[in-house]
Amino acid sequence: MNRLTIIGLVIVAVLVIVAVFAHWIAPHDISTTNLAMRYLPPSSEHWFGTDSTGRDIFSRVVFGARISLQVGLVVVAVSALIGTLMGAISGYYGGWVDRFVSGYLFNVFLAFPGLLLAIAMVAFLGAGLNKLILALCIIGWVGYARLIRGQVLKVREYDFVQAARALGASDARILFIHILPNAIQPLIVQASLGMAGAVLSEAALSFLGLGVPPPAPSWGVMIEEARDLSTLQAAPHALIFPGIAIALTVLAFNFIGDGLREYLDPRQRTR
Amino acid sequence: MKTKLRHSILGGLRRVLILLLVVWTVVSLVTLLIELVPGDPAVAILGEQATPEQFAQFREKHGLDRPPFFFSFPRDTNGERHFVWHGADNRYTDYWAALLRGDMGRSFRNDRSVKDLIFERYPATIELAIFAMLIAILIAIPLGVIAGTNRGTLIDNAASVIALLGISLPSFVIGPMLVYVFAVKLRWLAPSGRFEWSDIILPAFTLGAALSAILTRMVRSSVIEELGEDYVRTARAKGLNERTVVYKHVLKNGLIPVVTILGLQLGVLLAGAIITEKIFGWPGLGLLLVEDGIGKRDYRVVQGCVLVISMTYIIANLLTDMVYRWLDPRIRVS
Repeated sequence: MNRLTIIGLVIVAVLVIVAVFAHWIAPHDISTTNLAMRYLPPSSEHWFGTDSTGRDIFSRVVFGARISLQVGLVVVAVSALIGTLMGAISGYYGGWVDRFVSGYLFNVFLAFPGLLLAIAMVAFLGAGLNKLILALCIIGWVGYARLIRGQVLKVREYDFVQAARALGASDARILFIHILPNAIQPLIVQASLGMAGAVLSEAALSFLGLGVPPPAPSWGVMIEEARDLSTLQAAPHALIFPGIAIALTVLAFNFIGDGLREYLDPRQRTR
Repeated sequence: MKTKLRHSILGGLRRVLILLLVVWTVVSLVTLLIELVPGDPAVAILGEQATPEQFAQFREKHGLDRPPFFFSFPRDTNGERHFVWHGADNRYTDYWAALLRGDMGRSFRNDRSVKDLIFERYPATIELAIFAMLIAILIAIPLGVIAGTNRGTLIDNAASVIALLGISLPSFVIGPMLVYVFAVKLRWLAPSGRFEWSDIILPAFTLGAALSAILTRMVRSSVIEELGEDYVRTARAKGLNERTVVYKHVLKNGLIPVVTILGLQLGVLLAGAIITEKIFGWPGLGLLLVEDGIGKRDYRVVQGCVLVISMTYIIANLLTDMVYRWLDPRIRVS
């Protein structure tokens, strides 16, 4: 394991602890506004300062971790599950199922910029956490499906699969007991990179006002609130701290993904 | 030779077929997305206080009084759903028929043609995407070459850190930070708008930052890979100086994968422009989509923008594919 992967793992561990114990860690209430205390610079009382309505930025960043990880986990879990099933069925059965899934669905989803599809869906459905998650799952499953389909096509030809078939194992048994466990490894890499993508997309959509509605402390919402000129002038820290939080989270999951990829594919280690 | 020709014709036909299917699906999705709107679009636009006549007039004008698709399952008076066949006389075919005439409907808000609204804004977005790409190339190629030729040194590591930052910092963080530094603190550039020529600098840099990071990494690994090839040894043995070897031989071959990424990224840039345009109030398609379309719930405008952005994306990908095939004949055969 290389150094960057370990850094990534440490950051993610800290994030998870912060998200789980947000209530104990956050020193202030995240929604109490106090205009007398607006734009305060970072201090021992307010570690990250206060925003344009006097809310404590540190506490909001802490609770923001909860939203980001929650969205990331649900999106990755659901898209990976759907993607694995679709990819496995398409790769295993081939024929018209495969032609439909890989020839048609994959092409359609790849032809569409993911963020645009998510924006369009949320635009019509209306903003909200659940709709955001739904939109991200709809654009997210294809990556996993393509990966698993390719893996299944490869593993399907192995001798032990032939042996299982010769012994009279059912299709479901061959697919789920014999093929998938041997095909699923690269999924971990994809899932880690997918977490980074989901965290980014959540923040982006919330920034556009299409994700988690304010006053929820989503990092994207915090950045949107911090970017008007008077707040930028008086309190640039209101922008910087949630920005750092997003960058660190994305970086950490990318480090883990890259590290895992190298670990699973030793040929890449020398590069 | 004959089979090869037949092969390439069949391959071409297959790609055209897939393209048509993709376009059909995208248009259908955009058409049907409006059915996802919770409640009645007419109420969303006119408000609860409008009179029934106003509602009826609005629905008729925008074709909303017609059935949404070839069939539907409306509730009868007992609350049970029944299958009803409407035939070709429905909103879905209306939208298609209008589209084929080049008509994307009229704005729900100000009654202007959506096509005009979009093509007024389109040049600004293309301009932004092209400048972003130019900035990305201007940063990435020298940085990637320097990092690749000085592999493992301090310069290489510094370039990698810069690239990593560019990838992990999203545009909606970079953009406002640039506004803070260059507009609020230094007062060199305007924070938003499109009036002076210099107004494009911050948005183009914001939009191009991620791309330049990705490109830097690609150019670097391409250069490292190509430097190990035999033709490099030959070129050096001929007595060419290192500069010519790197920029004339290595870069030319190393740029093939970069071109693909550039083409694929043009589409990503157009989609990403939505966020950048919002940050800088850049009057392109993205701002039209977010502010006039989504912000004012003008669903016709949303449909038109989504359609045009996706089509541009699809065409950009198609052109990339063609350029890629032309650059690397090995792919043509396989």
